[in-house]
Amino acid sequence: MADTAIDNAFVEFARVQKSYDGENLVVKDLNLSMPQGEFLTMLGPSGSGKTTCLMMLAGFETATHGEILLGGTSINNIPPHKRGIGMVFQNYALFPHMTVAENLSFPLEVRKLGKSEREAKVKRALDMVQMGEFGGRRPAQLSGGQQQRIALARALVFEPELVLMDEPLGALDKQLREHMQFEITRLAHELGITTVYVTHDQTEALTMSDRVAVFDDGRIQQLAPPDQLYEEPENSFVAQFIGENNTLEGVVTSISGDACVVTLDDGVEIDAMPVNVTKVGERTKVSIRPERVEFNKDRLNPEAHTLKAKVLEFIYMGDIFRFRLSVAGNDDFIVKTRNAPDAIKLQAGQEIEIGWLPQDCRALDA
Amino acid sequence: MSDATQPDTAIAGPVLAADGTPLKRSLARSLRVQKMRAMALIAPLLIFVLVSFIIPIGSMLFRSVENGMVEQTLPLTVVELQNWDASTGDLPDEQLYAAFVADMVVAIDAKRHTRLGTRLNYEQTGMSSLFRKSGRKIKKLDPATDGPFKEQLIDIDKKWGEHETWAVIKTHSVAITNGYFLNAIDMQRTPDGAQAQPEDKRILITLFKRTLIMSMIITCSCIALAYPVAWLLANLPARSANMLMILVLLPFWTSLLVRTSAWKVMLQQQGVINDVLVWLGMVSDASRLVLINNQTGTIIAMTHILLPFMILPMYSVMRTIQPTYLRAAKSMGATNWTAFWRVYFPLSVPGIGAGSILVFILSIGYYITPEIVGGTKGVFISNRIAYHISSSLNWGLAAALGTILLAVVLILYWAYDKIVGIDNVKLG
Repeated sequence: MADTAIDNAFVEFARVQKSYDGENLVVKDLNLSMPQGEFLTMLGPSGSGKTTCLMMLAGFETATHGEILLGGTSINNIPPHKRGIGMVFQNYALFPHMTVAENLSFPLEVRKLGKSEREAKVKRALDMVQMGEFGGRRPAQLSGGQQQRIALARALVFEPELVLMDEPLGALDKQLREHMQFEITRLAHELGITTVYVTHDQTEALTMSDRVAVFDDGRIQQLAPPDQLYEEPENSFVAQFIGENNTLEGVVTSISGDACVVTLDDGVEIDAMPVNVTKVGERTKVSIRPERVEFNKDRLNPEAHTLKAKVLEFIYMGDIFRFRLSVAGNDDFIVKTRNAPDAIKLQAGQEIEIGWLPQDCRALDA
Repeated sequence: MSDATQPDTAIAGPVLAADGTPLKRSLARSLRVQKMRAMALIAPLLIFVLVSFIIPIGSMLFRSVENGMVEQTLPLTVVELQNWDASTGDLPDEQLYAAFVADMVVAIDAKRHTRLGTRLNYEQTGMSSLFRKSGRKIKKLDPATDGPFKEQLIDIDKKWGEHETWAVIKTHSVAITNGYFLNAIDMQRTPDGAQAQPEDKRILITLFKRTLIMSMIITCSCIALAYPVAWLLANLPARSANMLMILVLLPFWTSLLVRTSAWKVMLQQQGVINDVLVWLGMVSDASRLVLINNQTGTIIAMTHILLPFMILPMYSVMRTIQPTYLRAAKSMGATNWTAFWRVYFPLSVPGIGAGSILVFILSIGYYITPEIVGGTKGVFISNRIAYHISSSLNWGLAAALGTILLAVVLILYWAYDKIVGIDNVKLG
């Protein structure tokens, strides 16, 4: 599933398991390789094991089984302070009794750098996050967004090759969060650092990462670049978790190569692309993205199967229109369309016909 | 970054409310009812504190300088003493003796002369018996007819013919005196001004110093013992922490006397600790340690008794220190020790400060424990105050000692505020 061993791995988890109580595995057989310079996001619901993985990498938790390698050498027995990994914490963990400059200077002091060198690096790091004038302030005198920048600068000031971020934007409001997402990715790429980013916010994961590892139940469910993750989910968990998704349940009735026919529970047949199904008679969940559903009669593919649908609700969202339909017994079937001049506004109660390209309709595990 | 800009607060002239009255007055009026209601709610406590705390303290402060007894008992004599120059070395003249007899006859009638004797006895031993003995004989004299009195009085007791007797009375005839304070710092008020007490009577300065030094030792040992316990309390899982908390609070549920007496059992030469040390062979039977009835005993027992007052403020501060601070420090390359010393310790200082103030102020005025386990070498100034309150009945001196103690505490508090900053003290 997540067998992604690569030759030039910089960070590597090899068959890592973690248990806190000796009865349950929080992380089950994790294998993950990251090349240098990659921005990788661990995404998953809370309790999925993503933060535990990050803490094992940072050295605050020990792996129960397996090996964690950094730059080719095992770091299982290296204490956190010798790993040289920068880290940004969820609540920033800026030392309240030190000024911003002292906070930034701390990692340099413990590395016994000279005073002038420290000052130069602190200044450079502060300028990097556009906080040059705030060196003399205390963290409590800064706003959340400013503290976030300082935490970022502090993790980068000693020039680590690997930076870990544990939901660093969780406490910020939406606008600031979007701005910081951009800022963090820009810095990470400019400095060429390898980043492991933990979040439960899928938008954040999609917009920032080179690759996203979707965690659930202690396993990586899918490890892929954002576009692939969104467009080609490998199982129904990923399809459900990433973005909005419509699910229809049924049984595979015929299968040939990269096409199959699924008979939905109410007897309607649809075309789909087999992903996790291999034989006829298997139960499956079919997944279709709301924006790939077509209801404009002129654009419907004449060869494709179409379904009857009833409009239940119309939600105006400004840039898009959102319709809730009843399709094949599913009352939560969502369709989206761009608010273009020629967009069709469906009315509640209207009976329509919908369809989609077979490759957008993926037959996944039940 | 954007919120660095300050709001424009420059306003010309006072702001007016909608009806044209100044906004401040308008605001005060609108809040008046609320304020009155709040005051009414706290009034019982306020009155209680005033009656039971502020007034007694004020009365004590006043008692340390108040000295009306000579003037009240011997009003005529005091007037005459003004005219007498004690520095010449001559005895006072007949007029003063006559005034004294007149005063004494009134005082003896009211049975006040022995109290005056007791009062003057604090300054000069022998005064108490002089007044008591002379009183019986002066009683028979009639101030109007039986003069002249100078010779008669010297006949009654030859001390009336001594210059020193009159000098002492004159010295202490002022209504407001610094005599008690001079006594409290081992000096005395004499006809020739303030002078040091004779060496064998100097004890209070030593006691003050001992009280301060021992309180500091007790505070330091409390810090050393409480810090790890507070750390455990703040970092253990809730279940074990609760158990530990009960153990910390357990002493509060036992009588102070019981705890102190228990230390007597533990520390005496035939006590548990010495027995164990002898049994272990660490101390020979002949040279058992003297752990009680000296300063060691006081320090051990008081450290134990005051420990919870150090642990609790430390714990409440440490509980607020997030464990991520330590993780952050370690992720930046700090060793466990550096992370503790540079990050955890500075953040826990407010707790140490609060605990130290609490323990130091409590121990500086502690009385029962030093009394029981301190012997003669381990008693505090408060034991001396208690002695003067209940045994020697020299309340003026007791009040002066108490006032000095209060002043010392206030000065230390002020110094602490200057050095550490009282804002840094947190009880939770």
